[in-house]
Amino acid sequence: MSASAPLEDVADALAEHADDGIDFDGLVVEPADGGYRWETPDEQVTVGEDGLRERADDPYATNWYYWERVVAGHDTPRRAFLRWLEGADDLGVPERYDELRGGHTRSWGELAVTAVLSEGGRRRYEVRHEDDLGEDVDAYTDPLEARHLVKHDDEGRYRPLSTAPSLPHGWAFVDLDGGEAVQTVEYVYPATVSNWHREREGDLDVDHWDEVAERQTGIYGIVEQLDGDALEWAAEACCVDSQCLKRREWDESDDEELDVPRGDGEFPCREPCSLFVAAARKFTTLEREESREYTFELTPAEKEQLEDIVDAVADGRTDEIREADVNEGANRYRARFLRAKRMDDRGLSGTPTYPEDHE
Amino acid sequence: MQALVIVGHGSHLNPGSSDPAFSHADTIRASGAFDEVREAFWKEEPSFREVLRTLESEEVFVVPLFISEGYFTEQVIPRELRLSDWDPEDWDSDGTDADHVTVQAGDVDKTVHYCGPVGTHDSMSDVIVERAKSITDDPDVGEGFGLAVVGHGTERNENSAKAIHYHADRIRESGRFEEVKAVFMDEDPEVDDVTEFFEAEDVVVVPLFVADGFHTQEDIPEDMGLTDDYRTGYDVPTEVDGHRIWYSGAVGTEPLVADVILERADDAGADLADAIERVRRRTESEGAASAGD
Repeated sequence: MSASAPLEDVADALAEHADDGIDFDGLVVEPADGGYRWETPDEQVTVGEDGLRERADDPYATNWYYWERVVAGHDTPRRAFLRWLEGADDLGVPERYDELRGGHTRSWGELAVTAVLSEGGRRRYEVRHEDDLGEDVDAYTDPLEARHLVKHDDEGRYRPLSTAPSLPHGWAFVDLDGGEAVQTVEYVYPATVSNWHREREGDLDVDHWDEVAERQTGIYGIVEQLDGDALEWAAEACCVDSQCLKRREWDESDDEELDVPRGDGEFPCREPCSLFVAAARKFTTLEREESREYTFELTPAEKEQLEDIVDAVADGRTDEIREADVNEGANRYRARFLRAKRMDDRGLSGTPTYPEDHE
Repeated sequence: MQALVIVGHGSHLNPGSSDPAFSHADTIRASGAFDEVREAFWKEEPSFREVLRTLESEEVFVVPLFISEGYFTEQVIPRELRLSDWDPEDWDSDGTDADHVTVQAGDVDKTVHYCGPVGTHDSMSDVIVERAKSITDDPDVGEGFGLAVVGHGTERNENSAKAIHYHADRIRESGRFEEVKAVFMDEDPEVDDVTEFFEAEDVVVVPLFVADGFHTQEDIPEDMGLTDDYRTGYDVPTEVDGHRIWYSGAVGTEPLVADVILERADDAGADLADAIERVRRRTESEGAASAGD
């Protein structure tokens, strides 16, 4: 970063690059008639070098300077993400500056990322939980802190999947430059910016389940045996929006799509993740068992209660069920009553899991 | 631009598993030796699969934060990074002397220098000694002391035992300690009987593991008789069978491991200027400072 005033930097850069020509976001500067042609959607004039320098505070000039001299990084995910953040492909410079003055926010997973116009057309960025917009929360300026902040959810539980919709609250990264903003986002949701960029460029390298399973070795080698139905159930269990904010782009194979909704996330999931593979390994071993017929005695309410319990666990609602809400099937007292009545050391309804062991 | 990627195992269950990778990465970042430093994991994110695409550098040095050569360093990491031209033969290693190989990755236009794991680098011996210094709070520790280097053992990977013997032999040859032994969790000589193997009254026990977890915090302290229940903790040193056992916990958390990572990258041709010296000075003093806490 230069120590000189931001507008002086812009003026110097304009003077330096005008001879080579500038054509960026609506601004054209090129040598003409012994001076320079200055053209924007609002204005077309010929000026000398002094005139060029006087226009250093023009939004088109500071915008050019910010993107070409400060952000640079053409074709990088970082630049594409920062451009997307302020709608650079859709909005002209004056409209964008109007938006940026008050802070322009877009969401990325559960994050709200805000770009704000700063001195000399520079942008500063903020990153926080979208629920925390406008809230008074702890401020951070070092992106590396994000690694630790998002490691546990609000209840203190470890988050092994960064894109699970359980981002903790109560922090904000402020006064970031563009590189730091992207770094923060990438520590919260690793590799999402890179894969999103690849998708936009039309070269997202999706690896379908058949390829991923085939690649596995060691204890994960068995996941190839998971059949199509079980793969559907596994994706429904692990990959829908309530469990992961990535948008699933992989399928069973190149020509066999899964029916499970892909999700509405901004960033893609290009292959089954390590958590999915580890879960698939368990599902594979569970699916090796054949179904059996068991005979239980349950009242209709008890059958419904078992269904309520499965639903409550599957939807992660057990913490929300109030202690005294005995109308909820998954209420603790209700579950304990059911256990007292229907389970003994042989299990549910006195029916052993392996009757042959009890003959 | 050049980048360093520290690749570790990580965990779906234990949040502390990735801490050593993070802290060594921070030390190296602060040295300014690389334009980018990134951590990647088998079980956490970014995955090995997707880390290279997060970097802007054209030249990438990949250093596995693993103890031994074997399944992860030879199969899993190269496969997941898409280093299809890589062949374990290129390391020309007998299990402890993998160096580095320069290859292309299949999904990015970058040159990848794939390095051997930190655990088998010569300077890991220095880290074990550093660990002994910090746990005893004695920069001259050695005289009158035995040193046990603990490994998992052969049941998991035959090179695992090789790495333990390699460093035990090197430290023994240095003559610093009265006695140096390699001991294991699941093969003879077993860590359970550690006191039987030493004449010296004081024995420093250093597990050659990357991160503290189940083995280093629960199994080994209980196996050695430092405590009946790891949850109640233990003293350093603890008296067992007439010996004072100075148990250090996983060597991988020692700040000087950052130096070994840099040494790996340096061997592979990274442009580090004087970063190794600076990191060594900083991490040695950090280790000494933390030992007094």
